[in-house]
Amino acid sequence: MAAVNIALPLPVLPEGWSAEKDFKAVGELTHATDRNIEPVGPHFLAHARRKRHKRTFSEDDRIQAQSNVKKVEDEDAGEISEPEDPLMLQRDAKDWKGQDHYAVLGLSKYRYRATEDQIKRAHRKKVLKHHPDKKAAAGSTEDDSFFKCIQKATEILLDPVKRRQYDSVDEGANIEPPSKKDTQKGNFYKLWGRVFEAEGRFSKNQPVPKLGNDKSTKEDVEHFYNFWYNFDSWRSFEYQDEDVPDDNENRDQKRHVERKNQNARRKKKTEDTTRLRKLVDDALALDERIKKFRQQEHAQKNKRRFEKEAEAKRLAEEAAKAKEEEARLKAEKEAAEKAEKAEGKKAKEAAKNAAKKNKRVVRASVKEANYFHGAGDAPAAQIDGALNDADLVIAKIDNEELAALTSRLNGKKDASEIKQIFVDEVKRLIDAGKLKDGEAKFLSA
Amino acid sequence: MSEEESPATRVAIGISFGNSYSSIAYTTEDGKAAVIANEEGDRQIPSILSYVEGEEFQGTQAKAQLVRNPKNTVAYFRDFLGQDFKSIDPTPCHQSAHPLQHDSTIAFKIQDTAEDTENIVTVSEITTRHLRRLRNSGTDYLGKAVNAAVITVPTNFSDAQKESLKKAAKDADIEVLQFIHEPVAALLAYDARPDAKIADKIVVVADLGGIRSDVAVIASRGGMYSILATAHDYDVSGTQLDQVLMDHFSKEFIKKHKSGGDPRESDRALAKLKLESEAVKKSLSIGSSANFSVESLSNGLDFTSTINRTRYELLASKIFAAFTRLVLHAVEKANLDPLDITEIILAGGSAHTPRIASSIVSSFPASTAVLAPSTSPTAINPSELAARGAAIQASLIQEFESEDIEQSTHPMVTVTPHLARAIGILCISGDESSGVFRALVEAETAVPVRRTAIVATPREGGDVLIKICEGRREIKVTKSTPKAKDKKGTVEEDDDSEDDYDSEEEEDEVREKTWKVEKVLAEAALRGLKKGAKVEVQVNVGHDLAVTCHVREVGGKGGVRGGWQAPGVANGSA
Repeated sequence: MAAVNIALPLPVLPEGWSAEKDFKAVGELTHATDRNIEPVGPHFLAHARRKRHKRTFSEDDRIQAQSNVKKVEDEDAGEISEPEDPLMLQRDAKDWKGQDHYAVLGLSKYRYRATEDQIKRAHRKKVLKHHPDKKAAAGSTEDDSFFKCIQKATEILLDPVKRRQYDSVDEGANIEPPSKKDTQKGNFYKLWGRVFEAEGRFSKNQPVPKLGNDKSTKEDVEHFYNFWYNFDSWRSFEYQDEDVPDDNENRDQKRHVERKNQNARRKKKTEDTTRLRKLVDDALALDERIKKFRQQEHAQKNKRRFEKEAEAKRLAEEAAKAKEEEARLKAEKEAAEKAEKAEGKKAKEAAKNAAKKNKRVVRASVKEANYFHGAGDAPAAQIDGALNDADLVIAKIDNEELAALTSRLNGKKDASEIKQIFVDEVKRLIDAGKLKDGEAKFLSA
Repeated sequence: MSEEESPATRVAIGISFGNSYSSIAYTTEDGKAAVIANEEGDRQIPSILSYVEGEEFQGTQAKAQLVRNPKNTVAYFRDFLGQDFKSIDPTPCHQSAHPLQHDSTIAFKIQDTAEDTENIVTVSEITTRHLRRLRNSGTDYLGKAVNAAVITVPTNFSDAQKESLKKAAKDADIEVLQFIHEPVAALLAYDARPDAKIADKIVVVADLGGIRSDVAVIASRGGMYSILATAHDYDVSGTQLDQVLMDHFSKEFIKKHKSGGDPRESDRALAKLKLESEAVKKSLSIGSSANFSVESLSNGLDFTSTINRTRYELLASKIFAAFTRLVLHAVEKANLDPLDITEIILAGGSAHTPRIASSIVSSFPASTAVLAPSTSPTAINPSELAARGAAIQASLIQEFESEDIEQSTHPMVTVTPHLARAIGILCISGDESSGVFRALVEAETAVPVRRTAIVATPREGGDVLIKICEGRREIKVTKSTPKAKDKKGTVEEDDDSEDDYDSEEEEDEVREKTWKVEKVLAEAALRGLKKGAKVEVQVNVGHDLAVTCHVREVGGKGGVRGGWQAPGVANGSA
């Protein structure tokens, strides 16, 4: 918390006041009350930190400040700390075209990825180390060739045009494509991914699509190869130009060199395009995904064909089955009808036979009852009449009733009993209105 | 989500979960808290859930269902969480689903599915559904799945209530990083503003809600907050104001339509009346008059009427007075005087009402700043305070491990001795009776504490005496005479204007805040100061009340250093 300003003046020290070290304690604080502080807000967090780590205010301030400072330093340090090749240190600045500018500045792991800020800082760091005045002070010879190398490297890398030209021919950033054997042995995506990433730095269209992995979709893979077959490169080869003579006297010579350079550049560019094309061809040939997609497509086609065929087969089968079923049903139906007919005939026959048999029984019982004639032989008229009556009854009743009558008559020997049955039957028939009263003379009780 | 999220994958928001309204807030990249609007564009989301044929509605849509579908609409349920049936007040739920006793908790009987059966849904389940909707709104807005939150609760929320809220939140896939008290969240929202100065102050946070009002008196000491007193009132609330308007318009309606009957007697008319009255109340906080218009209020009769603010303020004057009394009561409970209060923060929906703010302003001295929309142009929307505070706290702690949070909020850390009296120095004169006491460390400051002050010296320089004392605040009442200014012995306070309280003409007493020196703690001397030099005094009170202090000339070296031990230990200077 900021200091409070108090505008009122302090009292003047009274005469004769004195204390050891000018300080004397007189009282002590009143006892405090315990309260809960609300565990909320940044200041509470600071309080909690102090309390939990048992720090005092000043300790905590110091530790917090230190932890803040450290972060800044770390950022600064981690960047440029490559060991310097002793051979590189002995380079001659005149041969600047042959030097690796990134290595000179200690940026060889960044290369085309190095930002301008990184280059500036790397330059400063190298200057601090290799400044000729410092070397002179340290007593060594006044050799400033490496310092010149540093200056040249910075000059090129900080100029966007020159940097592009250098990046175009920067061998250090190239990654050789793996051979077929290597690819088959190793991980295609890892090995070739690096190659394409390095080549992608020349693309005018950023971002460059990634090679991906074996799970990439067909669209992604197609997009990737399309991109590389239509690659638009900014790579140029001015950096490798022969020096154009700078004298005004020999203009022809100058023009000749210039033309030569132009042609060389064009040639190199064409070569580079062919190289890249071959590289992509190689990759495409080795890419398992392409085969996989082709197979899949093939399988898909086959599958569709198979499906079609299977469908046709199934339909044909179904039709045949349906036909068969129909025929079977028809045959069954016919058989059933036939059987039914036969059955009906049989039953009718049986019923007829039964009726015949019953009729016989009824007639027999009439005979048994001595034609309803008391005792002794019955006269012919009596016999005739009784039999007629019995026939009349039989004619009037249907088969079931006949069966019932027969069952009642069966085994009856007594004439009066038999007659009674007949009388009952006639009476029932008369009641049902099937016989007229008096039609069966002999049996009307 | 059964286990806690690791701090790296946490997306935390602040949730203010109220009985009437809820709101959610997040912290932007540059550390500012912002309240999230839900899909309907509401920043204040009514804490209401409604079910129509199995479809769930929340917020404003659910509120509209209070008229048509009150039986399947659950409202005002926050306070029921973790309570038993005996201790709840079901009055606010009269016009929605009624709370029922279910085992040891409270439940609602509602048709929440497409089937025609009534289900028993516990209040915890309702809360989970509500929080899930809030979480989804946050997720939609931020584009990242929200999985943690800081939730605000009233100061009198019991542990059981917190526990069941925590469980309900967990069921809604929200890890509760911390519960913070609503008034403290409001204070934090103000203190987190970039232009806010961290000072020692006493703040009253008056949270005037829909169905309850809570007042807390908080000592804010260098950004650390200690609650000194709280007051809760379940009668003085926003619904009371609605009731005033409802009564007023009912009477108007009866006067106009003799055959219409009293709209308060039909449930549906009552619900319509209530919704419209709330809307009218809100527009009266902004404009000076408002339209009341309900179609088919009662017996198929439409009703339209206007009311102006003066009329409304007249009708509700009793309730406004009750608000003010509640605030004053809380100050009294903290054993403080209105003069001690530096700031009053009005929070909650009813704080929009200009009259409440102005009546609080008039019952406190002019030195007290009232932070409400109608009194301070820079005030934050009172309805958003709690959610913002929670969002700020969430952004502060979301990177911590849960265990760290747990340990930091443990009573071992939070219970701290607070100074009973202020520590300060004497100015002008070294004599206790004539010198002027100036506080360096105010009373009720949590220890350990460190404070620094820059003090002026006599014009001609030389030797000075620094006398460190304990002081007690006194309220001095002076009978007002025509010339009140030339009292002798009273102190002119130049830097705080706390005694500039101009009483009204009729009042015949002037109240002032003065300091009385209780005990001299130490004396120190600085010799040979230059002309116009300043002296820096630093006081450092340890956690055991041992004090060290360091006095030196600003820009100079060395100085005098000394200290004394905690009470009960023999004195000694270092």
